[in-house]
Amino acid sequence: MRNAWIICRKELGSYFASPVAYLLLTMFGVIFGFFFWNALGYFVIEGMEMQMRGQMYPMNLNEQIIRPLLSNVGVIGLFFIPMITMRLFAEEKRTGTIELLATSPIRDLEIIVGKWLAAMILYSCLLLFTALNFAFLFKYGNPDWKPLAVGYLGLLLQAGALLAIGTFISTLTRNQIIAGAATFGVELLLWVVGWVGEYETASWAHVLSYMSIIAHFESFGRGVIDSKDAVFYLTVIFLGLFFTARSMESLRWRS
Amino acid sequence: MITVKELTKRYARTTAVDQISFEVAKGQIVGFLGPNGAGKTTTMRILTCFLPPSAGTASVAGFDVLEDPLEVKRRIGYLPETPPIYPEMETAEYLKFVGKLKGLSGTNLRKRVDYVCERCAVADVRTKLLGKLSKGYRQRVGLAQAIIHNPDVLILDEPTAGLDPKQINETRDLIKDLAGEHTIILSTHILPEVEQTCEQVIIINKGKLVATDSVRNLQARARGAESVLVEVAGRNGSLEVPIVQHKLEQVSGVSRVLCKQQVDSRALFEVESQKGRLVRGDLARAVVDSGWDLNELRPAAMSLEEVFLQLTASQSTAGDLSDDREASAQEPRQ
Repeated sequence: MRNAWIICRKELGSYFASPVAYLLLTMFGVIFGFFFWNALGYFVIEGMEMQMRGQMYPMNLNEQIIRPLLSNVGVIGLFFIPMITMRLFAEEKRTGTIELLATSPIRDLEIIVGKWLAAMILYSCLLLFTALNFAFLFKYGNPDWKPLAVGYLGLLLQAGALLAIGTFISTLTRNQIIAGAATFGVELLLWVVGWVGEYETASWAHVLSYMSIIAHFESFGRGVIDSKDAVFYLTVIFLGLFFTARSMESLRWRS
Repeated sequence: MITVKELTKRYARTTAVDQISFEVAKGQIVGFLGPNGAGKTTTMRILTCFLPPSAGTASVAGFDVLEDPLEVKRRIGYLPETPPIYPEMETAEYLKFVGKLKGLSGTNLRKRVDYVCERCAVADVRTKLLGKLSKGYRQRVGLAQAIIHNPDVLILDEPTAGLDPKQINETRDLIKDLAGEHTIILSTHILPEVEQTCEQVIIINKGKLVATDSVRNLQARARGAESVLVEVAGRNGSLEVPIVQHKLEQVSGVSRVLCKQQVDSRALFEVESQKGRLVRGDLARAVVDSGWDLNELRPAAMSLEEVFLQLTASQSTAGDLSDDREASAQEPRQ
């Protein structure tokens, strides 16, 4: 796995040597900051209204701010993940550097895992921004940290799955725009496909709603580690990377 | 060092490489010659384990490209047609990365990076971004990258493509310099390059092996179909070119006579003879007997370029050169 780490380091270097990482970090920081500010503002208004009406329902930071915001992060991630993964293989194919990797004494799997890991690390950096915001809640309030930790675990698993899909799609083309657009399309579809389950009860609808990437986050958002959902994400990660490996191999046989 | 047996690579509709067999001994520089699209790059990609062969085998240092790709890759340094560089990396950083990929580490890695920087004359751009380097520097960084792990075999795909004449010379010298330590295969469609740098030539065309021999033998072999330059002068100040031409054509073994230039009463003819026929004596006699002066009679030396064109020109000659040679050897006996 030393080789995977070499590849990972190189990818991180590319992300941070170009404006890509900084642009993503800035945009994500601003957008999430706005979401956070909104959620907090709403929370504060609600609290004041309740006091004025004299009704005191329990207010809960975890339920009213952290949980909805975490699922928002998942949705914002849908927009950012294609931008992270689109270059992974497409660019190497375009510039021909894939030949260097493919003719070096390392395995395809090490290349793939290295690249995926780099994408995961960059995404984790994005998540750090959200942690920065949540830190304020801990300073001025008293939320429970455990559901938050579970939520982050869920987000990482979810991102891992989406990044694996993006990595796979990036091997299919040498055009970054196509890779990015296709990844976005597929991931959006994997999100909305779950809506079918809300009005349709046939078994195929169950299958479709089970495929929804976002729906499986719900348990994590509540602070519950549901092995069913964890297994789902791990399966998607595995399948995504497996197909990436297949695609790299077929690249050799076809090209 | 390199053994290729009946190597074939088929793509969806075309056969890029068709049953090629050759061997390269340790320490040799071999020129891989062919027109664009002949299958040079495909063959090299198979040798570097980038592409798998459709049929046949290829092995490097005793390791098969399909069975032990990792062992083969460890022993090969490869410079593809476009140097595989990351524009956002600095030269030294890039060489370090490639070194690590090839399994180097620690002080050994640092030493090798310093060494190849010196060797390929890129030490002065160590901290420059690769994207900002000129084509010549990029090519040399590509070469440095290929030799960083001191591989037994170097495979260079058109190493001088796109360089200016000075850089071409520098690159050729560098390659010749490297020859002592490494077995080198370099592909090119520039003939003088082969004449200058290589000991051995492998010529392919349309995926088929046309010839494999040493440079000198190839030139000699193609001269089998001899071309002779004859300068004839008329004695009384005038010369009827058509008559001379006719006379020369009648000499047995001559296949074609071409008048190349005529100045006053002198005319220069290029006489092509059938393979294996020595016609020079008969030509001289024919000229002198007809009462003309024979000013000059010399074999037209064939450049590798002509050899190449001749070998790759028609499908029939592209078939198998050794057949022609056998035929020409048999002809005088009959």
